[in-house]
Amino acid sequence: MNYTYGLKRGLPIALGYLSVAFGFGITAVSAGLAPWQAVIVSLTNFTSAGQVAGVSVIATLGTVIEMIIAQFIINLRYALMGIALTQKLSGKFTFLHRFIAAFGISDESFVMAVSEKEKVTPAYMYGLMTLPIMAWTLGTAIGAYSGSVLPISVRDALGLAIYAMFVAIIVPPARDNRAVMWAVIMAAALSSLIYYVPWLSAHISSGFSVIICAVVASAALAKLCPVNEVEKEEQSND
Amino acid sequence: MTKNFVTLLVAMALTTYLVRMIPFTFFRSQIRSKFMCDFLYYIPYCVLGAMTVPYIFYAGGSFASSLCGFLAALVMAYCKFPLLGVAAVACVTAYVSEIVIKIL
Repeated sequence: MNYTYGLKRGLPIALGYLSVAFGFGITAVSAGLAPWQAVIVSLTNFTSAGQVAGVSVIATLGTVIEMIIAQFIINLRYALMGIALTQKLSGKFTFLHRFIAAFGISDESFVMAVSEKEKVTPAYMYGLMTLPIMAWTLGTAIGAYSGSVLPISVRDALGLAIYAMFVAIIVPPARDNRAVMWAVIMAAALSSLIYYVPWLSAHISSGFSVIICAVVASAALAKLCPVNEVEKEEQSND
Repeated sequence: MTKNFVTLLVAMALTTYLVRMIPFTFFRSQIRSKFMCDFLYYIPYCVLGAMTVPYIFYAGGSFASSLCGFLAALVMAYCKFPLLGVAAVACVTAYVSEIVIKIL
């Protein structure tokens, strides 16, 4: 659980981020931000959904209150992830380490960290966050400064990268553990319901939708299929 | 615009960071409730499941090419290929199927 191991685990995440951040760079500039502004937004926020919403608040000259509420709701899932991750931390995680490592919590780095067999050390977390943060910022810069160079068909195809990565993270454990499979299916079904029912999608933002679906599906599964410790072991030894 | 940008940027970055930092830093007890442990065990899978479906169907150009990319990713992931391989094959599949659809 050292820094180098963390770096290695962060590499595929970083490569995925590069293409997604590229897309964000294009989006931000076409919304009216200067390229350097897009880059600073990525460096200081390090989050995808929140930044897309944030850029539209900036572009439409929204209020500070609006910005705070939007970011709070969209990023509330990080609070849940942060609490889940505290249960995996090694004793080396002092107050100061938590203070710094908190910045690196993202959907992907969180899933990577909680699916490690051993307790998570500060060195590992710093390794895990290094390349993704660099790639996220670099990708935004490339997209913001040169996005229009790529043909639209290539840009479209690259838009799939981050979602394919999500699939690659959740399918193997779902294949080996039926309860995880049902949890994923239920969350995906709820998410689709909110997306496709016009009244629901009009009243629930996408960030909030993720929270509702994840909480409802996880609570239902925790109630119906309590996790068997043996199962947990088998899965993480894979 | 620039002054406004700085104010909004600070509000944005600060909110995002505090949402991450406060629970992560100040939550120090071991969770004893079996239900809460199980709940937190399922959370990451559910978050990613809800973030992927249905948004993946609209992420790669047309619905049809995105669907092809999604199916390719499912098969690759089921066979436990590494993250990057799954992502690359999904992107290439979406790109190629978009070309094929246009020819048809």
